Amino acid sequence: MRTALFVTCLNDTLFPRSGRATVTLLRRLGVQVDFPPAQSCCGQMHWNTGYRAGTARLARHFVDVFGGYDAVVVPSASCGGMPAEAYAVAAESAGDPGLVRAVHEIVPRVHELTTYLTDVLGVEDVGAWFPHRVTYHPTCHSLRAAPLGERPYRLLRAVGGIDLVELPAQEECCGFGGTFSVKNPAVSGAMNADKARHVRATGASVLAAVDNSCLMNIGGRLAKDGAEAGRVVRTMHLVEILARTPEDGPVPGLPLAAEATR
Amino acid sequence: MSRTFVGWPAFPEAAAAATHDERLRANVTRATHTIRGKRARLVAERPDWEDLRDSAAALKDDVLAHLDSYLLQVEEQVTAAGGTVHWARDAAEANALVTALVQATGEQEIVKVKSMLTEEIGLDNALEAAGISARETDLAAAIVQLGDDLPSHVVVPALHRNRAEIREIFVREMGRHGRPAPDGLTDDPPQLAEAARLHLREKFLKARVAVSGANFLVAETGTVVVVESEGNGRMCLTLADTLISVVGIEKVVPTWRDLEVFLQLLARNATGERMSPYTTTFSGVTPGDGPQTFHLVLVDNGRTRALADEVGRQALRCIRCGACMNICPVYERTGGHAYGSVYPGPIGAILNPLLKGPDDPQTASLPYASSLCGACNEVCPVRIRFTDVLLELRHQVAEGDAAVKHPAEKAALRAIGAVMEHPAAWNAAVRAAGTAGPLVPKNRLPGPLGGWTDSRSVPEIPKESFRSWWKRTDGGTR
Amino acid sequence: MTGAREEILARIRRATADLPATAVAVPRAYLRHAPGVDPEDRTAVLDLFAERLGEYGAAVHRTDAAAVAPTLASALPAGRAVVPRGFPAQWLADWSGTALADEPLLTREQLDAADAVVTTCAAAIADSGTLVLDAGPGQGRRAATLLPDLHLCVVRADQVVSAMPEAIGLLDPRRPLTWISGPSATADIEMIRVQGVHGPRRLTVLLVEDSDVSDA
Repeated sequence: MRTALFVTCLNDTLFPRSGRATVTLLRRLGVQVDFPPAQSCCGQMHWNTGYRAGTARLARHFVDVFGGYDAVVVPSASCGGMPAEAYAVAAESAGDPGLVRAVHEIVPRVHELTTYLTDVLGVEDVGAWFPHRVTYHPTCHSLRAAPLGERPYRLLRAVGGIDLVELPAQEECCGFGGTFSVKNPAVSGAMNADKARHVRATGASVLAAVDNSCLMNIGGRLAKDGAEAGRVVRTMHLVEILARTPEDGPVPGLPLAAEATR
Repeated sequence: MSRTFVGWPAFPEAAAAATHDERLRANVTRATHTIRGKRARLVAERPDWEDLRDSAAALKDDVLAHLDSYLLQVEEQVTAAGGTVHWARDAAEANALVTALVQATGEQEIVKVKSMLTEEIGLDNALEAAGISARETDLAAAIVQLGDDLPSHVVVPALHRNRAEIREIFVREMGRHGRPAPDGLTDDPPQLAEAARLHLREKFLKARVAVSGANFLVAETGTVVVVESEGNGRMCLTLADTLISVVGIEKVVPTWRDLEVFLQLLARNATGERMSPYTTTFSGVTPGDGPQTFHLVLVDNGRTRALADEVGRQALRCIRCGACMNICPVYERTGGHAYGSVYPGPIGAILNPLLKGPDDPQTASLPYASSLCGACNEVCPVRIRFTDVLLELRHQVAEGDAAVKHPAEKAALRAIGAVMEHPAAWNAAVRAAGTAGPLVPKNRLPGPLGGWTDSRSVPEIPKESFRSWWKRTDGGTR
Repeated sequence: MTGAREEILARIRRATADLPATAVAVPRAYLRHAPGVDPEDRTAVLDLFAERLGEYGAAVHRTDAAAVAPTLASALPAGRAVVPRGFPAQWLADWSGTALADEPLLTREQLDAADAVVTTCAAAIADSGTLVLDAGPGQGRRAATLLPDLHLCVVRADQVVSAMPEAIGLLDPRRPLTWISGPSATADIEMIRVQGVHGPRRLTVLLVEDSDVSDA
């Protein structure tokens, strides 16, 4: 069984801690994970902006890099969903039937991280310990495009010491939408402001999700608001919570759950 | 001439202005949240909701696949029932037809039931140019007309107005067009509705000609179906001597029985009611009951363009329930005018480019007026996959024949893509990003990314990328 | 306008050339009857009908064939009411108002000046609290049920079906049909429901429960 980590370009450059946490967690669960260094980007930016030729080239690259693996684990719902949702259409658009076949062949082996944990490894309690107040934002991709359902909640509820609180209006988009946030910054910013307000209202110290892109968006707002309010809510990929054990202790600088509920 | 959407700015500009209009934001948020809650309760009542959606989508797909024969059936049935069928290729042709039909009656003032198609083709302005005053009778449509405003929602066109604004419009404008608003009118909704009743009642009693749209057109029987709440529709459809129904060619349903699907979906999804108070169905002319002259104007105006789009044609399934705009987080923050069309929200973001072609900057901006969150997909009663169509239209704008191109964006994505496809170049780029991290401005990113940082801090770029860590530590084992 | 007709049809044929000529298969898995109600359980169906009408703000009077006249008299204020041809005269026996026959046809102004209209109906749907009038005997033409401010409709129990799919087959689409689900209403102002705009502002329904046995 050869398992590869597709860390995603965003995590590679901006959120390497999520990639490291994925490696830590998978090792703890007995999975020897490989990191093929030729990997780059799933092509989501090209796809969502309408550039199918570019998407097809990155699809080809993905298939070349990961084709030899039995499983490809992706710590992102939106990037992890790209092969299934976009690659075949992009390959057809590029007039590349060989790529279409290769895509159909690889898709069943590409797994978003939480689905890999619950459905492939069959675990919910991953032995994590995280004594802080956490709220969870179901990103649009993980909620609707490739629904994870209860999986992330089941994983979080099994975490020792956690104080998991519900995020109001959680099903509402944070306003990121990739190039949407660049092309329509005013609307995106207004959506994000509401999302950040709901997050702060929970009193959580940490906002978790399965997509660092959305967390980067909300986190940017939380940081700006927090700088004014004197209390910043941190954003963490779900895997960073799952990777922590009692031996790691609490996260330095974060209030303990008991304090948080005070 | 009343206001039109002609020359409207592209979505990002119009939307940015709207997000800063606090009163508008409050009005739209309150309305969309109210309607969402009502819909959710009524939909939850139906254990067979998904089955109804399946049936509706399939019925509409069947209609679209065989639209030519269904329209001929409509024509045959309506003609047999004493009506006259007209065909119009575009807005100008439809407006000219209706104008001529009204002129033939000699009437100068006519009444109208709210119809998004007549808004789309600008019929009121065309009639006005011919010296005919067409009075809107739906409360929301009347508010829009009296206020020299534009519709912002397909079901509730005045959704962007609150009660105080409506009162002000009534007090100021009603007297100029007929019976003035009652003295001492307050902004209490029942009082405002009563003012509309009194203002319009005299118009209904006088009207000899009415114009309507239709929610559905039954091919099998030639039946026109109009769903409404206030009774203004019944007034127009019943009291006039001459009725002109202006209907988009996609409104057809195959058989009478198929209404059992659509009538169970429409009101629940549109307004959160089991049925709207009034549904009128009629076929042609009934001697001694209602209009004795009936014209049906079938309008294309871009629908066949949309029909030719293999991905986009599903937008023609739309039954104008408005649920996609009610659920849309973008619409909630911009209101409908930002979309520059009588069809706002997610359906507007796909339908306008499909009808007109994404060839001008305004229309080409609409497929990008979405974060692709997909909430609209879930509430659509005819299962339009909005996100699929949005992505297809973005593809057409970015790489298709559309006149509007984004050369800078295309070049940038091409350059990024070229780096990403080549491992050595990508490796170098990731390393460079880490090195450049401290150089990134903390408060505002340059160029097109500037808007992003207006409301967000700039993310810090870590010194060590994941791949560098992996290499340095041999995958975390050292 | 033959030019437009032929051109639109040609455009459609070009646009759909990629689609198969066969009909699209239409699944029909939705319910034929009101959810949660056994359509054979007449009491349950009538209870649902009355409940749903009540939610719209309609007044519902449940009665039996022998008591229609006194019930109608108590439900309909004395005044001028339009009474269409075919409306059973004995139902008005106890009512003290003035009946207006629509023969010769009343003008719009006369209809508008009437206080009420009384009718029967062609069918009724419990699930959505809907009355369907088809301008048949006792129902009058459409304008007659529109301009007066109060509409009183007498519904026989055997006319009430549980849901829309049961009703649709009972109705003749070639007749002008008015489907009435509660009084006229609007939510166009801040999505707040206001009862009564242009159509009758009050709707009263007399539900005659033993009518399967005797028609008045």
